[in-house]
Amino acid sequence: MGSFIEVVLGGLMAGVLYSLVALGFVLIYKASGVFNFSQGAMVLLAALAFARFSEVMPMPVAFLLAATMMVALAFAVEWLVLRRLVNQDGIVLFLATFGITYFIEGLGPQLFGDNIYRIDLGMPKEPKIILENMFEGGLLINLEDLIAAVVAGLLVAFLALFFQKTATGRALRAVADDHQAAQSVGIPLNRIWVIVWSVSGFVALVAGMIWGSKLGVQFSLVLIALKAIPVVILGGFTSIPGAIVGGLIIGVGEKIAEVYLGPIIGGGIENWFAYMLALVFLLVRPEGLFGERHIDRV
Amino acid sequence: MSAVAAVNAAVVAPSRGIGEVILALENISLAFGGVQALADISFDVREHEIRAIIGPNGAGKSSMLNVINGVYHPQQGTIYFKGEKRHRMEPHKVASQGVARTFQNIALFKGMSVLDNLMTGRSLMMKTGILQQALYWGATQREELAHRAKVEEIIDFLEIQSIRKTQVGRLPYGLQKRVELGRALAAEPTLLLLDEPMAGMNVEEKQDMCRFVLDVNGEFGTTIVLIEHDMGVVMDISDRVVVLDYGRKIGDGLPDDVRNNQAVIDAYLGVKH
Repeated sequence: MGSFIEVVLGGLMAGVLYSLVALGFVLIYKASGVFNFSQGAMVLLAALAFARFSEVMPMPVAFLLAATMMVALAFAVEWLVLRRLVNQDGIVLFLATFGITYFIEGLGPQLFGDNIYRIDLGMPKEPKIILENMFEGGLLINLEDLIAAVVAGLLVAFLALFFQKTATGRALRAVADDHQAAQSVGIPLNRIWVIVWSVSGFVALVAGMIWGSKLGVQFSLVLIALKAIPVVILGGFTSIPGAIVGGLIIGVGEKIAEVYLGPIIGGGIENWFAYMLALVFLLVRPEGLFGERHIDRV
Repeated sequence: MSAVAAVNAAVVAPSRGIGEVILALENISLAFGGVQALADISFDVREHEIRAIIGPNGAGKSSMLNVINGVYHPQQGTIYFKGEKRHRMEPHKVASQGVARTFQNIALFKGMSVLDNLMTGRSLMMKTGILQQALYWGATQREELAHRAKVEEIIDFLEIQSIRKTQVGRLPYGLQKRVELGRALAAEPTLLLLDEPMAGMNVEEKQDMCRFVLDVNGEFGTTIVLIEHDMGVVMDISDRVVVLDYGRKIGDGLPDDVRNNQAVIDAYLGVKH
């Protein structure tokens, strides 16, 4: 029993981090209908920037500077790309984000170097044993993961509230729903796009810092972002709660599959489990767990 | 005497204090590739009046509204709004000058509640910054409450109290049209553009909608430009009528003048060649 709970906890914590990356996807998709393929590259860029800045300056300053850089990126993307593609099909915008992806993947290492960099957030690294009197041998948990999960959870809760309760959040949802109508009530699309890309950039920074402090900042961070794609398929492209729950399901699911199915059908399940689960969902419930179901009148 | 001349001579009914020209369109031409949607159209709208645009399908009525609200930019022609020449302007800018509209194929935010839809109508009046809103503190909270109070007035006015928390996508068509009117009203516009507000409604719903349009005009003094197919409605509620056909203006004047205008009758009923 104790070991099962450990597996689930481990999965939940990995899942929270998937959720964070997925959240970046959902934010942009919700507010502009664009599936932003470059979210992973943004995570890499933000993490690189933070890692290198923090080598030469205090951490809070490095954080602010990296966040500012992500906001600047948002302005650049709006100015150089999105503004030119107003009223184009979703697929055009999607492909444009491919271009942005490769650009950022080149820009990041160019500016900040292409080694593996450490981020030390000063979190406790050593695992801790808790609840010894409930389970034999207690539960082994990693405090760093736990703190990361709490931070991610708070950020997600904050964003969900912001979206639901504030005027800007309402404007973001309005733009996501209908560009024309949003403009007709006086919501400027350009400003909304800058806001969502900035917020996604900020989320990418937080995700990049947490992943980076676990694994080191390196190019493979981009691949983690790919895991966020099955997460949003599972949770629904338009749902913030969906991103959270989807991330948790995939995190826990792949850990359980690895530990309990691994010995039977061979290891390495962790690498493909998420994608298979997403495939099953596409067949059974294409709009995801929390996505809006589209019923078209024929 | 031609129909156009008849209009210019027509005396505008003074009953509801119809005032100066608030919107003037001069020689507007709009083409999409080789298709001439609007050809050299001029007409004006006076303060506090209800101005109808009618015409057969494809006559360019919706294009005309889209020009007024900045969705389309005409290749030729000049627009004067509140006495000033208007330069090329995006829809959200036009909105900030006090122009609100509804759409032919309802363009509500379907995933949001009725209340949230109406609140978006007040976007332009929200003054607090994004960081302030993130903290949801003092000024932000007061602002939300003030706007909420105004929106509740509109909800009462349109008699949609019972659906205020309902997701808009779930409402029947007639009610959605009413909510869309509500969203436009929430902006407290000086000029309201209505694109077929009664299309697809049954008689009872149409009567309600007519009443709301007249009340908006009468109580708030809002100037209204409206596209409508139902001739009975048009003749009943509008002060002056513009008739378009194949992108050209073929009639303009008081409802009775337009009704008896031979060009208009031909356009609607067809003519022997």
